Amino acid sequence: MVVQALKDQGVDTVFGYPGGAVLPIYDEIFQQNDIRHILVRHEQGAVHAAEGYARSTGKVGVALVTSGPGATNAVTGLTDALLDSIPILVLTGQVPTFMIGSDAFQEADTVGITRPCTKHNWLAKDTDTLAETLHQAFHVAQSGRPGPVLVDIPKDVQFANGTYTEPKKADTTIYQPQTKGDIEAINELVEAIAVAERPVFYTGGGVINSGPQASKLLRELVEATGIPITSTLMGLGAYPASGENWLGMLGMHGLYEANMAMHDCDLMINIGARFDDRITGLISAFSPGSKKAHIDIDPSSINKVIKADIPIVGDVTSVLTDLLKVFKAQGKRTNKAAIAKWQAQIADWRKVECLKYVQEGKTIKPQYALERLEALTKEHDRYITTEVGQHQMWAAQYLGFEDPNRWMTSGGLGTMGYGFPASIGVQMAHPDSLVINVAGEASWLMNMQEMGTAVQFRLPVKQFILNNERLGMVRQWQELLHGERYSHSWSEALPDFVKLAEAFGAKGILCSDPDDLDDAIMEMINYDGPVIFDCLVEKHENCFPMIPSGKPHNEMLLGEANTQGVIQAGGAVMV
Amino acid sequence: MSALKIKKGSTSHSAYNLRPTFSDEPETHTLAVLVDNEPGVLARVIGLFAGRGYNIESLTVAEVDHTGHMSRITVVTTGTPQVIEQIKAQLGRIVSVHAVHDLTVEGASVERELALFKVAGAGEKRVEALRLADIFRANAVDSTLESFIFELTGAPEKIDAFADLMRPLGLIEVARTGVAALSRGAE
Repeated sequence: MVVQALKDQGVDTVFGYPGGAVLPIYDEIFQQNDIRHILVRHEQGAVHAAEGYARSTGKVGVALVTSGPGATNAVTGLTDALLDSIPILVLTGQVPTFMIGSDAFQEADTVGITRPCTKHNWLAKDTDTLAETLHQAFHVAQSGRPGPVLVDIPKDVQFANGTYTEPKKADTTIYQPQTKGDIEAINELVEAIAVAERPVFYTGGGVINSGPQASKLLRELVEATGIPITSTLMGLGAYPASGENWLGMLGMHGLYEANMAMHDCDLMINIGARFDDRITGLISAFSPGSKKAHIDIDPSSINKVIKADIPIVGDVTSVLTDLLKVFKAQGKRTNKAAIAKWQAQIADWRKVECLKYVQEGKTIKPQYALERLEALTKEHDRYITTEVGQHQMWAAQYLGFEDPNRWMTSGGLGTMGYGFPASIGVQMAHPDSLVINVAGEASWLMNMQEMGTAVQFRLPVKQFILNNERLGMVRQWQELLHGERYSHSWSEALPDFVKLAEAFGAKGILCSDPDDLDDAIMEMINYDGPVIFDCLVEKHENCFPMIPSGKPHNEMLLGEANTQGVIQAGGAVMV
Repeated sequence: MSALKIKKGSTSHSAYNLRPTFSDEPETHTLAVLVDNEPGVLARVIGLFAGRGYNIESLTVAEVDHTGHMSRITVVTTGTPQVIEQIKAQLGRIVSVHAVHDLTVEGASVERELALFKVAGAGEKRVEALRLADIFRANAVDSTLESFIFELTGAPEKIDAFADLMRPLGLIEVARTGVAALSRGAE
């Protein structure tokens, strides 16, 4: 019944790991060929792989794990998906209903444990309603603000026979969020755009989640208004990096011109972003002179952190459609002279060249490695995942994304170990594409067991590890904040990554010389199979620009000079 | 509650107005939350309050529509207007929640609470306790030669006032149901 429900929901791939409490479902999987099951090596990997699948396709990703430890291992992935609004369904086995509460073998209160880290969860107690519950789970996962859902299925419910309910007969009235924006507020925004002298678009993952049409409408709106646009980490690709109004990413490690524009603007148009603390910096000094419009499908995002002057609750696609309609009907009014002046100001900020670095000598700078990776792969049908840390920020800064759903990273939760399994999920969804996980060696080791999965299923995922033998971001904070006392932030006893790859039956490439880098990257791209690319980089490089904690946008650190003591007591308690 | 000097019902915005003018003064609001009567629904609601650090001053829950499987949770909470708006929006996000009504801002409402007071004593104190109970229209629902149990229904402030009076007269235990509330009028 479970497999039938998945099939009817259009699921073609499930990431999972069997165990006692899900054996009946695995038995069903064994007897069919419509759904591929990808055996991961750890349940966390299954959930991140499902996330990678979901982020790169816009479909619901599915993971299947057993009760107890299987379920608890899924918790990190669920929380990650919750914070980044990724639609996934996790199916967990449970001990039979008559044993629930008896501390049975591999029993855990899965619904209780996962309640705060799912959008919604269910304990399926009855085989007759199981199918409907599963269809409802798919509905909840992908409607409104997407998110992870979980259905916990006791083993006796899996074994029993019951009546099957088809997807279209399932009651989805239980959850019907508002998608259409208030037209009065949209009119007000069009009016604000007409008079704004220094407007900026600040877009986020909501644009990606709303579907490809949202990105198309966004591009149309940006071109029609000539307003510069910046994006959060989660929203990269909604507007092309090669677009002429593109400012680059904003936030703690965002570009100088993007953050300055946010600080000095007089109209901020937030589309599908949530004023995360990585974005706002010091809230009391956040963009002090601007009127703020906020388009979000989740009413609780509005006024949560930053007060919105023009709040619009609705789906980005729907709101942008209406917004463009009104904007065109009113003659596409903008303050062209003022915006030209504003663009000139932005051009001056660009001249700061905040991403400049010097590549000299025989050590590879991580920025250089990414710049070469970008140059050699951007013409490919390419998907990028990342782990978490400095390499993630550099990847966001130095790689360009032309389309949505091409960039998979753990933004909200910041989960080290996300990128590798996510790359497996992406590769499953796009078997012929080039899938690269930009990683740090420490993050990568957190889910390195998934090499077995990559090799078993012949997934040619490229693990591009910027190896500085450090927890780079931790090291950077210790340098800036803790008097250069590098407490446990270096990686000792690292494996030989080439031998490690070979031990798994994959290919390993080591590169430490900038002159060899291009050839090595080409070798990685051209190898038909999983590759671990061990790129030895400068060990003490810091990631700039950086807005230190507790500082406003216009007080960025741009380079190595004067970094000592910049974070004061107030900022030091923040993360 | 009254001792906290909290301004009550001082906002003019409705639950659907997303443009409040936020002040920093905490207010007490009574929220009626209509939910599916299913296992774990109360945990979802109180888990939200605990997880996000919101206050619960009083909480009552019971099924109100058996055929429709609906329960009503009445929760009294305190926070700045921004926090109150967040609480309502966060509650609205829970899939099992059908509706959230802020009775404090959506027109006039009636609030009642039931409490049981065990008062032990002899002599003049015992007589005085009985006399005060009469003034408050509390019923004696249990009596021994050394004690009474009084039952009192009223607004939370009335319950507080009665408890204050009973304390010097031998109050040894109180059980309160928490607030139940409905908006006034036909709607």
